[in-house]
Amino acid sequence: MSPWTFFVDHREEIFEATVAHMTLVLIAMAIAIAIAVPLGMYIVQRPALRNITLGVASVFQTIPSLALFGFLIPVPFIGGIGRRTAIVALVLYALLPILRNTYVGLTGIDPAVLQAAEAMGMTDAQIMWRVRFPLALPVILAGIRTATVITIGVATIAAAIGAGGLGTFIFRGVAMVSDAVILAGAIPAALLAIAADLILAAVERRLKVA
Amino acid sequence: MNEKPRASQALAESTIQFTDVTYSVNRKPAQGAPQAIVSGISLGVGAGETLVLLGRSGSGKTTLLKLINRLLEPQSGKILVQGRSTSEWDPIRLRRGIGYVIQEGGLFPHFTVAQNVGLVPTLEKWEPSRIATRVDELLTLVGLDPRQFSSRRPNELSGGQRQRVGVARALAADPPILVMDEPFGALDPVTRSELQKEFGNLASRLRKTIVFVTHDLREALLLASRIVLLQAGRIVASAKPQEFLRIDHPEVQAFASSLGVQPGAPA
Repeated sequence: MSPWTFFVDHREEIFEATVAHMTLVLIAMAIAIAIAVPLGMYIVQRPALRNITLGVASVFQTIPSLALFGFLIPVPFIGGIGRRTAIVALVLYALLPILRNTYVGLTGIDPAVLQAAEAMGMTDAQIMWRVRFPLALPVILAGIRTATVITIGVATIAAAIGAGGLGTFIFRGVAMVSDAVILAGAIPAALLAIAADLILAAVERRLKVA
Repeated sequence: MNEKPRASQALAESTIQFTDVTYSVNRKPAQGAPQAIVSGISLGVGAGETLVLLGRSGSGKTTLLKLINRLLEPQSGKILVQGRSTSEWDPIRLRRGIGYVIQEGGLFPHFTVAQNVGLVPTLEKWEPSRIATRVDELLTLVGLDPRQFSSRRPNELSGGQRQRVGVARALAADPPILVMDEPFGALDPVTRSELQKEFGNLASRLRKTIVFVTHDLREALLLASRIVLLQAGRIVASAKPQEFLRIDHPEVQAFASSLGVQPGAPA
């Protein structure tokens, strides 16, 4: 069976898996951004907390993804088989690139600009929201872009714990020793990653000021 | 309200008053004794005066500037701004009443020229139309055509233009005091001398109280109504520009010889 024939025969199933995959990634990314960006803003002025936070986020990243899914299954409330566990694992993976870029972006601002802001009577909150954050935004977005591409890839493994998505075809293809079935999952996943990368790169370029 | 007569009385004497001010930092806790950056500073700046703090790098002149708008707080001594100790001022209110200009302008790269100049009025929640009028007025004042420059960003300006925007921004909310930290230091000699002359004219028209930091004696002689010379965190000389070069102090003479002027010769 050629990959093309398989693709045509199963196009509806592949489409549904692609939508499920995107949903998984979007939910995980939304949660990861909602945690990592505010956390990065919070640790900018708190060096003690910074080391702990970035350290913990790095540890999550070092755990092999299949192992992380496995570890989470027995954990009460967030664990079990299915999408919820997969989302938790994907969020843990996406945290580090976003957190690190948020921190680096917010702290890498020209000290003369920050001093001018302070000397002109801006409050700490105004300096954060009107100076640091807009200037850090391209760097934060670069972190989100990296995290999104990683998450699209790692999400294929989520099928191993019953979360669905394009990984379903890959695992099935491996079991059937069928390249056609593997490609039915791998090609759409790769295309998703490329599309996300290009779109976010374009947004990043628009935000860059100098 | 009872404070008021006393405050205005102090204002009449001097707008900024340092009394025996010492500021020091602990370089490293292990090294023990804190290192004094400035010590025993007593200095008054009268209303409308352009006081130039002159000194070598590391002499403590920028530190004195930062003590005025409470970017730094002294270990001992007192700094009165408009009759009120900086430690009693709300730092935000204090700073909005003191225009601040630094080298390279310190402009916000993500703001347009108009947004940069209008920053303090925006923070003070002026009406947008009033801000726009004020921005045009100030750009014209510093020699930039508002139609041409308002919507540019700092990276589309030359060094001299950025510095002009920096001055306009500092003047935006019409603060009674301006502090300037080597504002023309990064410019090429020709542009620097143009800006110095223009700023000199501007300063005499605006009648602001100005504290100006420089290591350039020529600039000090051109702009100052009084020059205060700092050496290793202490005031070693204070004089009107026309008398400054006659002072018999080795540091004054060191500066004079850097200028290629005979010590003791009139300015």
